[in-house]
Amino acid sequence: MASADSATRWKYLYKALSKPGPFSDEDWVPGSETISALESSKVLVIGAGGLGCDILKNLALSGFKDIHVIDMDTIDISNLNRQFLFRQADIGKPKAEVAAAFVEKRVKGVKITPYVGKIQDKDEDYYMQFKLVVCGLDSIEARRWINSTLISMVDFDNPESLKPLIDGGTEGFKGQARVILPTLSSCIECQLDMHAPRPAVPLCTIATIPRQPQHCIEWAHQIAWQEQRKDEPFDSDDMEHIGWVYQTALERAKQFNISGITFQMAQGVVKNIIPAIASTNAVIAAATTSEALKIATSCNPYLENYMMYAGEDGVYTYTFEAEKKADCPVCGNLARKMTVDPDMTLEVFIETLGERPEAQLKKPSMRTEEKTLYQRFPPQLEEQTRSNLKRKLRELVQDGQEIAVSDPAYVIDFRYRLIFS
Amino acid sequence: MLKIWSMKQKQQQAENAEGADGKKKKKVTAAQLRVQRDLQELTLGSTMKMTFPNPDDILNFTLTIEPDEGMYKGGAFAFSFTVNQNFPHDPPKVKCTQKIYHPNIDMEGNVCLNILREDWKPVLNLNAVIVGMQFLFLEPNASDPLNKEAADDLRTNRDAFKRNVRTSMAGGTVRGVQFDKVLR
Repeated sequence: MASADSATRWKYLYKALSKPGPFSDEDWVPGSETISALESSKVLVIGAGGLGCDILKNLALSGFKDIHVIDMDTIDISNLNRQFLFRQADIGKPKAEVAAAFVEKRVKGVKITPYVGKIQDKDEDYYMQFKLVVCGLDSIEARRWINSTLISMVDFDNPESLKPLIDGGTEGFKGQARVILPTLSSCIECQLDMHAPRPAVPLCTIATIPRQPQHCIEWAHQIAWQEQRKDEPFDSDDMEHIGWVYQTALERAKQFNISGITFQMAQGVVKNIIPAIASTNAVIAAATTSEALKIATSCNPYLENYMMYAGEDGVYTYTFEAEKKADCPVCGNLARKMTVDPDMTLEVFIETLGERPEAQLKKPSMRTEEKTLYQRFPPQLEEQTRSNLKRKLRELVQDGQEIAVSDPAYVIDFRYRLIFS
Repeated sequence: MLKIWSMKQKQQQAENAEGADGKKKKKVTAAQLRVQRDLQELTLGSTMKMTFPNPDDILNFTLTIEPDEGMYKGGAFAFSFTVNQNFPHDPPKVKCTQKIYHPNIDMEGNVCLNILREDWKPVLNLNAVIVGMQFLFLEPNASDPLNKEAADDLRTNRDAFKRNVRTSMAGGTVRGVQFDKVLR
């Protein structure tokens, strides 16, 4: 029964992977090799929320058999309307675990390995095991982190180190799907300016002339909290804190004759919640997972490289190729290897930088992740770092460590990985 | 996947970069790199000083503004700058560390400057913020008040406002509120 089931389940997938179509790559070899490549591909899904539920389900139903999922959140009652892998009884449990167990149970033969925690908990060794990464995230910060991690993992001597990143995102009726080939194509950091910053109300409006219920909530959250509960860090997941903001906002609203504040609204404003729409998630998740299938099997050309979906006024989609930014701080200046004598002083090292043909840096400032090596301006920082000039490189950096160099003569910053000779 | 790998190999021949052995060490973050560049490109002039409690941490520092003209001349006003790892997507957080009498700065040190909040864009840099901060002391603005009383004073009686500024800067009391002494 099980085997008959699975033969039926995968019949059409196998068909699609067993013969070339008009768009398939000429180098592609369809058939069992492709199918086993797909089934042995280990893929990572980041996020098991609105997008993540759809992505996990889609990947499992697309023939991926080894899926890992990371999410740090637990299930909230407000998730249940669209995060369909979760039930009332799951409230409070970690999303990654519940989602993994659900899909594993439903789609026979798939293995889903959950990790409950932050993506930042994991290092390069962890990310190295995957063939590709699919993201269903709600934060720009997390996207930037995984983007720069995957880019820094690319090792030019090892093609396996290149992990395609497929990123989905939704906001109400709008969404986007993009494919990023770390170091080869435009990355998240290159495209950062395309994200509209979250709309903010001027602080003085909040402080003096609130016009909307949201202004009163912002006042309670940003101003009243500081005045009255200064010593407690505000925690948007603490119901007592939200309740306090709600009550305080209500009182202020009364003073200004504003109505319409609800507890839910207070929570929404404070946590910056944008209403999520299940069908937008479904559209975007479908786009990201079919890209995952195409990239893992080479059966059809993949998205190059950005698809926007605008469903708020009719339906409009547009696909374009976002370009790499030459001065991208993440992928525009990959670290170059530089062999240095560790007994050289920083001062001499800076002089040698001035002689390098590609750089000819005249007035560089530089640092490692944890240390400011030398900063030419402002004066106080120059004074504080001047003594480093006389110190040997081995006292300041470790063998193999990366330094970042800025020079006013160049728009682009440079990164060097210092290898001790 | 095959196609992507061969693309990579082609590019690899063209470039000379990367590939050190062993574990890679922590990289300088995009926010750090941007701040390093922004600091280098500042124009501070004689009225502004920056201090770095920890020179290795360039994301946290203090800016002291000492206006040499205007109503706040003679004072030294200290602001803490906190830049997070999401900079420049997020603006720097700026707070006045003293209690001062100013229409656009409240008692908690919050600052009402458009580019610190609603008008922040990643293309703006620390210099833009610092210029904006300086402008607040040259031209306090009564139409965007954070300290409503100070704004009312400025609007209705400019001379009284000036006197209040002098009193507050000397550590005196204005409208029953004692302010920090900020005279140099």
